[in-house]
Amino acid sequence: MNLLDAVLALPLAGFLLLLALPREREEALRRLALAVALSAFLLSLGLAAGYRTGAAGFQFVTDAAWISQPKIRYHVGLDGLSLWLVLLTTLLTPVGILVSWRAVSRRVKEFYALFLLLEFGLIGVFIALDLVLFYVFWEVSLVPMYFLIGVWGHERRIYAAVKFFLFTMAGSVLMLAGIIYLYTYAGTFDYTELLRLESSGALHFRPTEGWLLFLAFFISFAIKVPLFPLHTWLPDAHVEAPTAGSVMLASVMLKMGCYGLLRFSLPLFPQAARDCAPWIVALAIAGIIYGALVALVQPNMKKLVAYTSVSHLGFVVLGIFTFTPLGLDGAVYQMVNHGISTGALFILVGYLYERRHSLEIADYGGVATPAPNLAAVFMITALASAGLPTLNNFVGEYLVLQGAAQADFRWAALAATGVILAAGYMLWLYQRVFFGAAPADVGRQVYDLGRREWAAMLPLLALMVWLGTATETFLPAIRDTNARILEQTRSNVEVRVELRRPPLEVAR
Amino acid sequence: MQQLWLIPLFPLLGFLLNGLLGRRLSKAAINAVAVGAVLASFLWTLKVLGALWPLEAPHLERYFTWIQADQVRIGYDLALDRLSAVMLLVVTGVGLLIHIYSVGYMAQEGGYYRFFAYLNLFMFFMLTLVLAANFLLLFVGWEGVGLCSYLLIGFWFLKASASNAANKAFIVNRVGDFGFSLAIYLIFANFGTLDFARVFPAVSRQPVESGWGTLTAIGLLLLVGATGKSAQIPLYVWLPDAMEGPTPVSALIHAATMVTAGVYMVARCSAIYLHAPAALEAVAIIGLLTAFFAATIGITQFDIKKVFAYSTISQLGYMFLGAGVGAFGAAIFHLWTHAFFKALLFLGAGSVIHALGEQDLRRMGGLRGKTPLTFWTLLCAALSISGVPFTAGFFSKDEILLAAHHHAPWMYWLGTLTAAMTAFYVFRAIFLAFFGEPRGWRHAHESPPVMTLPLAALAALSLAGGYFDVPGFLAPLFPAAAGHHQAGLAAVAAGAGLAGIALAWLFYVARPGLAERTAARLGALYRLVYNKYFVDELYEAALLRPVVEGSRRLLWHKVDVGLIDGAVNGVGARACGVGGVLRLIQSGNIRSYAAWVLLGSLVALLAALAGGSR
Repeated sequence: MNLLDAVLALPLAGFLLLLALPREREEALRRLALAVALSAFLLSLGLAAGYRTGAAGFQFVTDAAWISQPKIRYHVGLDGLSLWLVLLTTLLTPVGILVSWRAVSRRVKEFYALFLLLEFGLIGVFIALDLVLFYVFWEVSLVPMYFLIGVWGHERRIYAAVKFFLFTMAGSVLMLAGIIYLYTYAGTFDYTELLRLESSGALHFRPTEGWLLFLAFFISFAIKVPLFPLHTWLPDAHVEAPTAGSVMLASVMLKMGCYGLLRFSLPLFPQAARDCAPWIVALAIAGIIYGALVALVQPNMKKLVAYTSVSHLGFVVLGIFTFTPLGLDGAVYQMVNHGISTGALFILVGYLYERRHSLEIADYGGVATPAPNLAAVFMITALASAGLPTLNNFVGEYLVLQGAAQADFRWAALAATGVILAAGYMLWLYQRVFFGAAPADVGRQVYDLGRREWAAMLPLLALMVWLGTATETFLPAIRDTNARILEQTRSNVEVRVELRRPPLEVAR
Repeated sequence: MQQLWLIPLFPLLGFLLNGLLGRRLSKAAINAVAVGAVLASFLWTLKVLGALWPLEAPHLERYFTWIQADQVRIGYDLALDRLSAVMLLVVTGVGLLIHIYSVGYMAQEGGYYRFFAYLNLFMFFMLTLVLAANFLLLFVGWEGVGLCSYLLIGFWFLKASASNAANKAFIVNRVGDFGFSLAIYLIFANFGTLDFARVFPAVSRQPVESGWGTLTAIGLLLLVGATGKSAQIPLYVWLPDAMEGPTPVSALIHAATMVTAGVYMVARCSAIYLHAPAALEAVAIIGLLTAFFAATIGITQFDIKKVFAYSTISQLGYMFLGAGVGAFGAAIFHLWTHAFFKALLFLGAGSVIHALGEQDLRRMGGLRGKTPLTFWTLLCAALSISGVPFTAGFFSKDEILLAAHHHAPWMYWLGTLTAAMTAFYVFRAIFLAFFGEPRGWRHAHESPPVMTLPLAALAALSLAGGYFDVPGFLAPLFPAAAGHHQAGLAAVAAGAGLAGIALAWLFYVARPGLAERTAARLGALYRLVYNKYFVDELYEAALLRPVVEGSRRLLWHKVDVGLIDGAVNGVGARACGVGGVLRLIQSGNIRSYAAWVLLGSLVALLAALAGGSR
């Protein structure tokens, strides 16, 4: 059992431990959950420290037998793509536990147990190198989130939870079908083996077959991203979810889709991915603009932030399907960025909700006067989300748009309008909530940040600046892995592409 | 290494100290931190300039990598050449004076530490902008100063008008930055680097573009950015509203430094513009039109800060005109003199506002005796901006107009007419405020020395600042501006300024009441100009409202809730979808059937659990 296995096992152990404890001792349950999550985070720092950029293949690999017939293995490992997503998960889990400390008072034991189970599933998704294992983790992460929304959510929680479940289930069914079909074809569920077959040319699909397989995976991932127009489950899920649920949903779960695109769709089905790229890019750009415009007019803070996610994740998908190094690097960087800044936004909205028990923007105003620190922290987060240079999102957006400009300048020109709109929806929200004179009841109900609330926000604020200014901490591992993914997408593709091109252009 | 990085670092430290601890610090400590930080930057600038003098070649310092984009390094690199040296002196010198002035002006205001923290943060970003050695770092400063502008315009955030103005400033600037960022993408895509030291030589090796081409596109996109930051047509609309901010902010950010960033950027990119004549021509035309158009509005305004705001837009137009006709040195020269006299106009206006608590010119009058220092210093600024011979403004405006004449005589004539209007509106304000009888105020007091001393220093610079030969100093950077000095043209331009002053004297001192009668006679035309040509209303109706209402009614209600969600929630649709999927799965493959069984039991289990948890 190596470090990575330990990081994965710890939340599962915590989950089982919490189940075994008596439900009355709520404070002890909270502390235990926090301790487990913090230990997992500290352990995961060891992954970052021990990760060697430039080394070939996956690191911290464990490949053990699990089911013999059909051969399904417990095969996990880490590369530059999964490394930061695992760290994002292990960081946001303790943060989510901190922000739930007082907000969750019902069924405390189940809440924290499920929260740790969620962490287990999410980490598993990012490190699984066996398709069935990946699918199992994918589903494992789905279940706790379903309950987090359905049990600890707001008024329309059942509707939102079922909608969330049906959407993602519809997607994962397609993926399962794809996985099984792939197995009948390649005779293995092992990711590295499939990659080897792909690049050697042994995995050769007929065009329609390749397309269908690509689509089976793609639709599943696109729902999870979510890509316009498959996004309508997201606003409902977010509005109804408890704060910590929203944080994990936006910051980590949406990255499962993006991760899947990079991990599976591009390397395994390069031809279909390249063929579909113009359509996918069109949807991504539509999502960027559409999400931003719809966010602009939302009267509910959580819905607003949810639609900004549609816009921000459009950038990620755009970056991936530019098939340029900058686009891919930007996309991965943006996954982490979005996790930090949108997670922080949901936390701050949650803080406001705890004070005033409303998510409607119209119920606020003048909050900066009774809560100057909350206002300052919200400002920094809003600016990060709006892509202000020196803060995190700018770097990702710059790389994505620069990559898009290299692929097709019009893509960059269209997508960059999303950056204008981002300033619009963020500043307008900020103005209506924080500026102006505080009505008497706002002044009475809203108080400034407490110590526990600071503790949850400080690491995120630090990361916004860190990711925005010192990118060389994070980018080398991403760059290295993306170069390999791009290399993989070129295998067995260019031959056919060249044949279709007129000879003159090849010569050029 | 000259440790250039220390220049922006001092204000950054000032920001962090005051921003994090300011609430617990005394005013004296806050002052010491804020003013001390800028003083340190100023002194370090002098030290560096002294060491590198005469700065014939650019001095580049590379620190560490910010972003490694594929094979391209984008670094925290700072560079100092003669152009940035001029900018550094303006920013730290005028910035220092305004910081000192603010100590007096803001003494009674709440949020004292916040004000100085923002002001220091502004200095940090502005100095980054000026010293940046690549486009992306320039963009950092560019957006950063916009942020500080936003924070300071909205400083009195309890007022809706202030926070509205702040939002407007940021969002309009974002439209400009959209153009700027597209230019950056194009530069990177074409030259494979963003470093000035590599882009500009590469540009210079290319032929001059006769028609439409990449360089022209880059030049025009950069111009879009510049029209936002430097408040030119069509993006100037945020600057008049920005006067909601405290007056020292108007002086520092919205007159002397930040708004000149667009001019600086155009001059910095002179290599690009010289190879894209069409883009350069656009710079000249936009500048000239803005200069004229804003001056007409300035004539009709009664808020003293609004008068000076439109004046700033107009004077920035002159700078663009200068750059656009190829006289980059003259444009920066005007930037230099303008920083002095316009900062002084605003600080003087601030002193008047401080004295009266009033900024409507119609309720001033007769202040000459009560606030003599403010009056005399403001008079120096007014003479300078009017281009009265041998003041600073005379020299710089003369350079621009001469170059314009060489480029196209009509530009000279329109510019000269604008000069007459400039003199008129500035002296109109002076006469309305300081001459005649008091109109409705009782108490007025001169400002304390901490405010009047900076006024005096700026007054001296407004008069004598033109004797520093900025165009000559910058000559090695830019090709020689065509056209030699013609005494006749200079005399006409200076005469236009004097005529404007005389006309203002006639309207507002010699014949009181003439102004109102003339306005009444002009009727609709006057109302059109007085209401700023209804451009704000036009933007509201043609852009803002359609975007907001379209997003709400069409995109959100119809498309999102109606169309997409409606389709999803429709039972029939769902059944069809599931049925369709099921048919695909029915492949005769035993394993997929097994998987379905597994899946089904999982769903059933979950449903049971969900029911139980309710």
